Amino acid sequence: MSSKISNALRWIGFTSLEPLLKLIRGEEPKKNGLLVFKKLLVPILSVFIFLGVCNAGAKYLYNIERERKIENTRSVQGEEAAQQMADCIDSGDISCKPNSLPSPADVWSGAKTLVEDHKMITADKKEFKEKTAAINKKRKKQGKSPIEYTGRPSFVDQIITSLKTVFAGFLLAALIAIPAGIVLGLSETLRSGLNWVIQIFKPVSPVVWLLLVSMVIKTILANADMDKSFVISFISVGLCSMWATLVNTSMGVSSVDKDYLNVSKVLRLGVLSNVFKVVLPASVPLIFTGLRITLSVAWMVLIAIELLAQSPGLGSFVWEEFQNGSSDSNAKIIVAMFVIGGIGFLLDRIMMFVQKMVSFDSKA
Amino acid sequence: MSAFLELRNVSKSYGTGADRVEVLKNINLTIEEGEFIAIVGFTGSGKTTLISLIAGLIEPDEGEILIKGKPITGPGPDRGVVYQNYSLLPWLSVYGNIELAVKKVFPNLTSTQREEHITRYIKMVNLLPALHKLPSELSGGMRQRVSVARALAMDPEVLLLDEPLSALDALTRGSLQIEIERIWRESKKTVMLITNDVDEGILLADRVIPLTPGPKATLGTTFKINFTRPRDKAEINADPNFKKERNQINYCLMELGKHRTVEQTEQYELPDIQPKDISKKGQAFLSF
Repeated sequence: MSSKISNALRWIGFTSLEPLLKLIRGEEPKKNGLLVFKKLLVPILSVFIFLGVCNAGAKYLYNIERERKIENTRSVQGEEAAQQMADCIDSGDISCKPNSLPSPADVWSGAKTLVEDHKMITADKKEFKEKTAAINKKRKKQGKSPIEYTGRPSFVDQIITSLKTVFAGFLLAALIAIPAGIVLGLSETLRSGLNWVIQIFKPVSPVVWLLLVSMVIKTILANADMDKSFVISFISVGLCSMWATLVNTSMGVSSVDKDYLNVSKVLRLGVLSNVFKVVLPASVPLIFTGLRITLSVAWMVLIAIELLAQSPGLGSFVWEEFQNGSSDSNAKIIVAMFVIGGIGFLLDRIMMFVQKMVSFDSKA
Repeated sequence: MSAFLELRNVSKSYGTGADRVEVLKNINLTIEEGEFIAIVGFTGSGKTTLISLIAGLIEPDEGEILIKGKPITGPGPDRGVVYQNYSLLPWLSVYGNIELAVKKVFPNLTSTQREEHITRYIKMVNLLPALHKLPSELSGGMRQRVSVARALAMDPEVLLLDEPLSALDALTRGSLQIEIERIWRESKKTVMLITNDVDEGILLADRVIPLTPGPKATLGTTFKINFTRPRDKAEINADPNFKKERNQINYCLMELGKHRTVEQTEQYELPDIQPKDISKKGQAFLSF
């Protein structure tokens, strides 16, 4: 039972919790105690130190911003107005709050606001659905499209949209890069022939990809009745991120152990069974390393692309918050930052898990 | 009756121009059906090249290789190869590795026939308990048995063993040698064993043929081994004939080996220099 738990922990990559489990069970208390300190307490401590540094930094910046605001008021409106401004700021009134880096406490309250906001919008949606249910039924009978909720999306909706976009992009990247990588890996002529394409396109910035894709999509989907910004952003994400998989797959396929190829040669396997029974299984570890890099790159460029493509999602959320400049906008941006980081970390762990499931060398 | 496997004036070299290395030169060899022959030689004398030639993985520059009078063209399942490093596919189980070969060689078997066929050969190498294990879960000796079973399951005309036991420890090697002899007697295949162990050759083979050290390696005089079968290691070790044979083969190989070392007798005048202490304590990091 207990070994099952530690196995499960190892599988999902949380080996740092293992000593704690052993300590609770009373195994080698001295050694495991030290391990718990090293692997668990020190990291937790570092989080608190991080929060402390952030808090101090935020306070410092806030004070500079406060002084400047008071000074400005003094130079323009005189001493009395400056005194009023100082009182106003210290009273915590939103109308005169200095705009600076939010403290951890501000970020926390920003997160709470976002959750509240999500609850409100969800309730609103539900109410709307109930209200329009009867009308939509009628419209369906008449062959008209139903009335849809057009209110602003909540933070959670934005996260879901972003995840959809990143998965669409990731799938596109995998669908292009894996077969292309296999073909390139098998043929040295093609590999050296197309090397320049890979070398030149690989380092191209996501922004340029976005522009390039929108040039093409604008023409192709000129009359199509669909969400163009979504199509543009997921294709851009796919094109930006597919290179790691392409390069890794072709490398994996071209560097399959010669012994395995000899086995295939002696058995006189055909091209297809050679690829599917020998070459592909042998290069799965490298292909998955590529896919892992692809997914993390996809998530990273997604934010920038959404921001530019005006496609809904976390990127545009961050940009809108930055533009609207309300009192808690900065805090919400920092919340978004942590959510983006957390989801990126989670996606990487999921890929690692899948890689362990399908690779033959996971037990080695 | 024509020979079963015949090599006629086979030569192989790698590289071109000044870098050209003639690995094998004028190899002539005739093997009868059902014979067990061993080729012994130094490392780097071209033993693996010889096996690869017969397996069809590489082509000879000159000469030809005939099986039952027909020249070979490329690799094929009629010659089962067992490599020194096992060459098992690590993502397939013991059963899966053999199944891959059997499916390709006997596509017309029904699934029950195929299962019977595979288990027969796994039984032959005593690996039934490890049927569904992955190669990484097996010891070196067990992996090599799987490799032997895979080669035999293809029902080849000839079994080529390329230093199959070199990577194993001495004790495992001893027990596998006995097992290979038994399997050979049971399956009645023609076997060509390549080894660097003279004792192993004498213990297993009908004929032991030394390969002269490369470059331009060629086959030396054949030694006929006349011990009765089944052979027993302890019995043979005690036999005075064994010592005689071994000494003869060793002597022959050493004589041939001398020729290699004699070639490098050029004297170099060494400069008269003494090592100097250039370390300066406390400044070591600057010197990098």
